Amino acid sequence: MSEEVQIDQEVYDRLIAEGKSERIARAKAKAAGVRKAKEASGEKLGPRSAEELAAKAAPAAAAAGGDTGEGGGVATMAPPAAKAGNGNGGGRLSPEERAARVAASLGKGGEAASIGVPAASAHTHRMLALVPPAGIQQVKTEQEDKVYTWPHLLLVEFVALLAMGSFVLLVSFFLDAPLGSLANANEVPAINKAPWYFMGLQELLRYFHPMVAGVTLPGVAIVLLMAAPYVDKNPSAQPENRKTANLAFTFFMVFWGVLVIIGSFIRGAGYEWVWPWVNGLGFVL
Amino acid sequence: MAKLSLPKPPSGDELKASVQDNVIWRSIFRPGSIYRKGYRDTSRDRALASMNNVLYHLHPVKVKRHGLKLTYTYCLGGMSFFLFVLLTITGIFLMFFYTPAAGAGTELAYLNMRELSASVTFGNLVRNMHRWGAHLMVFTVFLHMARVFYHGAYKAPREFNWVVGVILLLLTLLLSFTGYLLPWDQLALWAVTVGTNMMGYTPVFGDQVQFVLLGGLEIGPATLLRWYVLHVLFIPFVTVVFLAVHFWRIRKDGGISGPL
Repeated sequence: MSEEVQIDQEVYDRLIAEGKSERIARAKAKAAGVRKAKEASGEKLGPRSAEELAAKAAPAAAAAGGDTGEGGGVATMAPPAAKAGNGNGGGRLSPEERAARVAASLGKGGEAASIGVPAASAHTHRMLALVPPAGIQQVKTEQEDKVYTWPHLLLVEFVALLAMGSFVLLVSFFLDAPLGSLANANEVPAINKAPWYFMGLQELLRYFHPMVAGVTLPGVAIVLLMAAPYVDKNPSAQPENRKTANLAFTFFMVFWGVLVIIGSFIRGAGYEWVWPWVNGLGFVL
Repeated sequence: MAKLSLPKPPSGDELKASVQDNVIWRSIFRPGSIYRKGYRDTSRDRALASMNNVLYHLHPVKVKRHGLKLTYTYCLGGMSFFLFVLLTITGIFLMFFYTPAAGAGTELAYLNMRELSASVTFGNLVRNMHRWGAHLMVFTVFLHMARVFYHGAYKAPREFNWVVGVILLLLTLLLSFTGYLLPWDQLALWAVTVGTNMMGYTPVFGDQVQFVLLGGLEIGPATLLRWYVLHVLFIPFVTVVFLAVHFWRIRKDGGISGPL
């Protein structure tokens, strides 16, 4: 700043009287002083029109040797007609054109909203659209502690695969899968059980009407399970912050596990309660 | 007679060049593949090894370091998928020897099972692997679900993938249950009877549900054929679709959850 700006004392006093802080009053009074000084020297106030700006910018750009072709921060190509026709300083939009474009992109004037391309444009596709990063995928700004998939992860996976494969092979080598006698619809076996993962349901069937045990309860359990992430709004994943959720899930799993164990091991002929060390294990996998 | 001189055998490098420097090899392995340029243990080649690999569908070039810890995932999801693949392979083998026929007096399904165990090379072993693998898969899928829950890994942005996971759990149970009937022995028949009787209690259209599932009023040859097709074709197909979505969403939702 070359010259000291005179503050407008009148404005300053008024603002202080209105209860504004000293700092704000001084700043506003200073601005008023500048305005007054400009008016006195005949300068125009307020935002300049596009034509005026272009006229001002053209000599500067020519001097710099640049072309004034695609100017400004408009991300779309101007419609060819507008570009060729108006010639108002290197593709800049007049305030009216800009307003029309904004209106078109917001879907005003009865046209469908289109970001980037004016609805009346000859272009059938958008040249560029704004897509928030979150709309594509999760983007993290900070670097995470990462390792290369090859060799680190793939080696772990390969070893796990070998271990599981050998385990299944070994078990299958020593244990034969059961095969009973030919199916006979007229001969109900003494011990009549579902596969182990349905034994919880079969055990419930002992206590409730089949509609409740076989349809309602499992249906409710599945819906609750699917709804879990939408019900549990707690953003924390720390075990100490989500005791209720962990307790509920543990209860659910233990409840289910106990039913499966009872049904599988402590139910014998006629689905009666028998101890496996008394009547033998009534369970076939 | 002049001594016959054998042509000198090509050196290892020459052999390698003649195998790798031709249009077929170059069409199989893309530019940048470690099978074209050789592998040196550099960051660049580690990245290229992932990028030029079909496993790029499953894994990104880099993964979070904490995800490697065995005690974080216990490899349960991967093991479930491996068992699914193992069951597909052993299942295809079993299909060569199995006929889903159970008409009175021509119970080929059961007879095939007996023959498979008695006189097919590795038949019994592969059937055992299929059976134990199936039970194991149900178990690992359950454990996988528990692991994900206790890590709070279903929270945003992974809510939907949890839902897909629950669907996959149900599909696993259905796969296992439909397979349970196929040996057509007493065990199969009556275990399935218990299960399908429960479905008959579905409100409003219980009878219709049961009829569609059994292909009749009670379990018979029609049921066996129906469940066979469900077991070897329909449910695996649906499962593969959901698996694809499940794996894709893992990557889209930012890889493995955590660290805690």
